[in-house]
Amino acid sequence: MTDGADGAARRPSPASVDELAALLAAQDYVCDRSLATALFLALKLGRPLFLEGEPGVGKTELAKSLARALDALLLRVQCFEGLDVAQTAYEWNVARQMIEIRLAEAAHDVDRERLARSLYSREMLIERPLLQALTQASSPVLLIDELDRADEPFDAFLLEVLAENQLTIPELGTVRATAPPVTIITSNRTREVHDALKRRCLYHWVGFPDIERELQILRIRAPGASQRLSRQVVGFVQRMRGLDLFKAPGVAETIDWTNALVALDAISLDPRTVHDTLGVLLKYQDDIERLRAGDSDRLLDELRAAGALA
Amino acid sequence: MIAENVAHFARVLRSAGLAVGPDRVVAAVAALDCVGVERRGDVHAALSAVMLDRHDQQPLFDAAFDAFWRDPKLLEKLLMELLPRISGRGTRPQAPRSNRLAQALAPERDRPGAPVNPSASEEIRFDASFTFSDRERLQRADFDTMTSEEFALASRLAEELPPPVAPVRRRRHERAPRGVPDLRATLRAMVRAPHTLVPLTTRPRRELPPLVVLLDVSGSMDRYARVMLHYIHGLARRHPRLHAFTFGTRLTDVTRCLRDRDPDVALAAVGQRTGDWHGGTRIASCLAEFNRHWARRVLGANAAVLLVTDGLDRDDHGSLADEAARLRRSAHELVWLNPLLRFEGFEPRAAGVRALLPHVDRFLPVHNLASLADLRRALQAAASPRPSSRPWN
Repeated sequence: MTDGADGAARRPSPASVDELAALLAAQDYVCDRSLATALFLALKLGRPLFLEGEPGVGKTELAKSLARALDALLLRVQCFEGLDVAQTAYEWNVARQMIEIRLAEAAHDVDRERLARSLYSREMLIERPLLQALTQASSPVLLIDELDRADEPFDAFLLEVLAENQLTIPELGTVRATAPPVTIITSNRTREVHDALKRRCLYHWVGFPDIERELQILRIRAPGASQRLSRQVVGFVQRMRGLDLFKAPGVAETIDWTNALVALDAISLDPRTVHDTLGVLLKYQDDIERLRAGDSDRLLDELRAAGALA
Repeated sequence: MIAENVAHFARVLRSAGLAVGPDRVVAAVAALDCVGVERRGDVHAALSAVMLDRHDQQPLFDAAFDAFWRDPKLLEKLLMELLPRISGRGTRPQAPRSNRLAQALAPERDRPGAPVNPSASEEIRFDASFTFSDRERLQRADFDTMTSEEFALASRLAEELPPPVAPVRRRRHERAPRGVPDLRATLRAMVRAPHTLVPLTTRPRRELPPLVVLLDVSGSMDRYARVMLHYIHGLARRHPRLHAFTFGTRLTDVTRCLRDRDPDVALAAVGQRTGDWHGGTRIASCLAEFNRHWARRVLGANAAVLLVTDGLDRDDHGSLADEAARLRRSAHELVWLNPLLRFEGFEPRAAGVRALLPHVDRFLPVHNLASLADLRRALQAAASPRPSSRPWN
């Protein structure tokens, strides 16, 4: 669940929005200024950042890039239904506890008080990401990914960690963060996350990028594509998002599609190639059928009329 | 100076229905300290990061911010125009509680609990004929005309009616006499009582799946829709994971309207929010809209869909079958409550009914107050075994 350099000294946090944006750009993450501002505030005010948006617009990627940019440890909690404390925060090492009891019995040394204390000491605790986030020497980046997939009880459990940067373990006491983590929470809105949790966070809606930014992203993420092809791809995808599709393609799909086109040695968009590769861009059969039925040709015609296919 | 302006801005946002508490004002001042006030875009991004918590609040915030940036005084005028469009926790319409109060002060009127008018079913059969209007009549339903008798009986029944779906197994576990051993709890119990070993066990918790209600509020559904709203309100109070939509000619999300404990206030809020009350029905396009914009947001965790409609509609029925099939695929279970359905002798003649019918898991009647009372039995009977229409379950 962890990656990044363990225990590495953290870089000082950026002093301005521009500096943060530049740091992220150095990690190949292109973000617009409002997102950079929200992230900057999250760092400065020490509040979690709650990111919502369509799938594939770079919410998770932001946390990874931030961890690299700050040279911080990335701790990740991937949410799913039924997620509980044992999987996310801590677990008692029950096997070791049992052995401890057995050893005490074998040595005829059953001092109840001392045994109970040693059974629930810090050494018996297995740390999971949330607790790890509170016990690092330097602030890690804590990514709570797709929170909407967890169920409501988990939201409630997160409140203490997010608001107070502490975790209460009934048998042991309260663990306070030595270096508070930079927390990033993402959600695809498959359920409304409780207001009480959102209230403790900064909120930012990550939208689709505009043409220029998407081109910039392609330059970095699909370096094999020519300037001309990238321009056509972005023009096509941006127009496609204007259609009323079940699932508009995200930036991740744009990148995949461009790389797919490069792999097929396409140097420019033509109806045939578009038809054959639509599955990279769209994931719903209804959408694909609709584009094959004529919408994709229409979009290409529009692009040609706009001079982008020249 | 900045603090004053932020406080002022927060005040107008609050009166527009955004839940901007004092904690957010403090955070906003701190945020502006960090990013400065030189760049308009930065101030906008900072304030929206601190003050918003849902994407649909953004347009309102943007409008307010634009106006405020230009002239704080102008904003208040603008706000007065925006106000009716806004819905949220802050705008709790002060609904008149007059009707019930008046009825309560006139105790000589018929008391609720009297037998339901036996002629009601004939009346309703007549009502349910084609009163379709293709034009959307933007009428507001007047809940105040509900009589005390109807109101009291319906809402009392709604309080007691069981949810129309059976509990499903969740991934979260709970303590149980038999099941998977819970070592952690067992050990804790051993520490408390040494020299004993009582293995504690857990098993997956069973709880109701999230419910999504799609309620037809068109002209032909008028009477049932009002009673059903009481039922839904009762469900929503006991069952927090409930999303409710009304539809006639278009789909309206009324989930937040139902949060008020008082049924009068909640239903008035629904009536205010639903613009197409009493209008025509376009089931296919409303289902399409739901499938497209909401299904992925509210049908996430194996939700069950409760479709309340009479199926009388003049949309294209080919697409209605497609949309119903898609809805069926994305939901855990699709239950259709139809006021036209009798226990015996119902024939699905209308094209809309025939298009919908193959795609529902259960088909239950709610045709008048009496049958609403019977719904409990019908649902309980239906709730035990899964219908055989889906053998792979």
